[in-house]
Amino acid sequence: MTAIEVRGLQKTYGEREAVRGIDFDVRRGEVFGLLGPNGAGKTTTVEILEGYRARSGGHVAVLGHDPAHRDPDLRARVGIVLQSSGIYQYLTVRESVAHWAGFYPAPREVDEVIGIVGLEDAGEQRANKLSGGQKRRLDLALALIGDPELVFLDEPTTGFDPAARRAAWDTIRSLRDLGKTVLLTTHYLDEAQALADRVAIIKDGRILAEGPPAALGAGSGRSLISYRTGDGPPRTHETDDPTALLHELTAAALARGERLEDLSVARPSLEEVYLELTAEASE
Amino acid sequence: MTEHAIDRGRAGRAAIDGRAAARRWSGLAWRQYRLERKMFWRNPSAAFFNFLLPLLFLGFFGALLHNRLRDLQVIVPGIAGMSVMSTTFNALAFNITALRELGILKRIRGTPLPTSAYLAGIAGNAVTNTVLQITIISVAGHVVFGLDWPNQLLSLAFFVALGVVCFASLGVALSHAIPNFDAAPAYVNAAFLPLIFISGVFYDSADAPRVIKDAAEALPLKHLIDGLSGAMVHGEGVGQHLVAALVLAIWGAAGLILAVRGFSWESRND
Repeated sequence: MTAIEVRGLQKTYGEREAVRGIDFDVRRGEVFGLLGPNGAGKTTTVEILEGYRARSGGHVAVLGHDPAHRDPDLRARVGIVLQSSGIYQYLTVRESVAHWAGFYPAPREVDEVIGIVGLEDAGEQRANKLSGGQKRRLDLALALIGDPELVFLDEPTTGFDPAARRAAWDTIRSLRDLGKTVLLTTHYLDEAQALADRVAIIKDGRILAEGPPAALGAGSGRSLISYRTGDGPPRTHETDDPTALLHELTAAALARGERLEDLSVARPSLEEVYLELTAEASE
Repeated sequence: MTEHAIDRGRAGRAAIDGRAAARRWSGLAWRQYRLERKMFWRNPSAAFFNFLLPLLFLGFFGALLHNRLRDLQVIVPGIAGMSVMSTTFNALAFNITALRELGILKRIRGTPLPTSAYLAGIAGNAVTNTVLQITIISVAGHVVFGLDWPNQLLSLAFFVALGVVCFASLGVALSHAIPNFDAAPAYVNAAFLPLIFISGVFYDSADAPRVIKDAAEALPLKHLIDGLSGAMVHGEGVGQHLVAALVLAIWGAAGLILAVRGFSWESRND
């Protein structure tokens, strides 16, 4: 089953093409990562899917609806965490979550949701007394209270310290355990790698690669062979045929009577693929 | 079943759905209204500027002018007019700007809450403040300053309602021009302060110089005060202030068009 279908999506702002014809599918129950540098078109894409922006071209379906129609039925089934958070400053966490619950036909329990996002101890605090990380948790609570099938998370951990990021990752993983579909945008590689079942790498409004994070590295079909000789610097060769290259290198080393120290054969990581793709695209 | 019966059945179901939707809508608008009230009293600066300031003015000028009945008859409806403006125009220009810049409007837009129910809650909050203030000012006018009770209640209600619609929509329209929240006080006061000084809040506008009088004639506040003064002090009905009603209606219509057309759910700085 497909939760989100995107075909040939385009968005132009005046002269500027923010999104230049992208295609992807998000399956139900998966965490899908839209990964790319700042200004790549991630937020534009997500805001079209959320119904905030009109597209300039192409076709999109979110849970079978066209988000541009702003159908209340669709909004009741979708939870949105925006990049910049607006919260009523003078309400407590519990008051906000309880008020939001009233918007939805079948909300979850207020205390349960406060627990899911880890704000049990801050329930009676007013929003203007919360830390940055706690505010992001409240964002997530407000997105989850309606018990949505699909959750949009736009850069959910930007500006977090490492401990807060780990905690947020655990919460996002728990969304998958609840059976939610999650569309996540991030410019952190490790975040996409840690959370997403599948990733699309986006740059300058185009998708450069798509697939499970592990396969994106492996899928390039290339291997990296690294070693040192004697006191020399580490060397790395890239090859499509590691068997042949390895044979060549080891044969030459044996002929010279040398050892290849720290010899390793590795698939490029998602990071290497990402850096390579985004560097190529900007040339 | 005949086609007529099926049609009747459909029509009946549609009517039931319609009633359920209307009940749900009013429930949501009521919840939003209650929330806005709660937040209003928790925000000390909003409570002060929207609520206490006109009452302080009333106390101050009342003390200054006590026993001068003719001046009090000018100042009490003048401050009533100023209250209508500050509780709607000022409050909504601030509120809508803040909600937009904080991203709350955008967040609300992503929920199934109907836009109209949401805005009804916000407007209801402003109107409650207007009604409370007019009540307090009328009571204080009688009990503290010895004016007669407002004797044209229908006309009073009419002009308060017209003033609310006019200044509320102008306030929302102004919020579209305010670029960010820090600039809001400057924009609001640039409209509010000159308007209250030229429109006869603190003196009888008949005594003002020609230029000021002409400017005040073209703007809505002076006409609101005329209408209120007729209803509160002089026992005049709407019929004697048709021009005032017309000017307010024209400003209100212009404000409504601008308020709706320029409405933005999110900050332009994003």
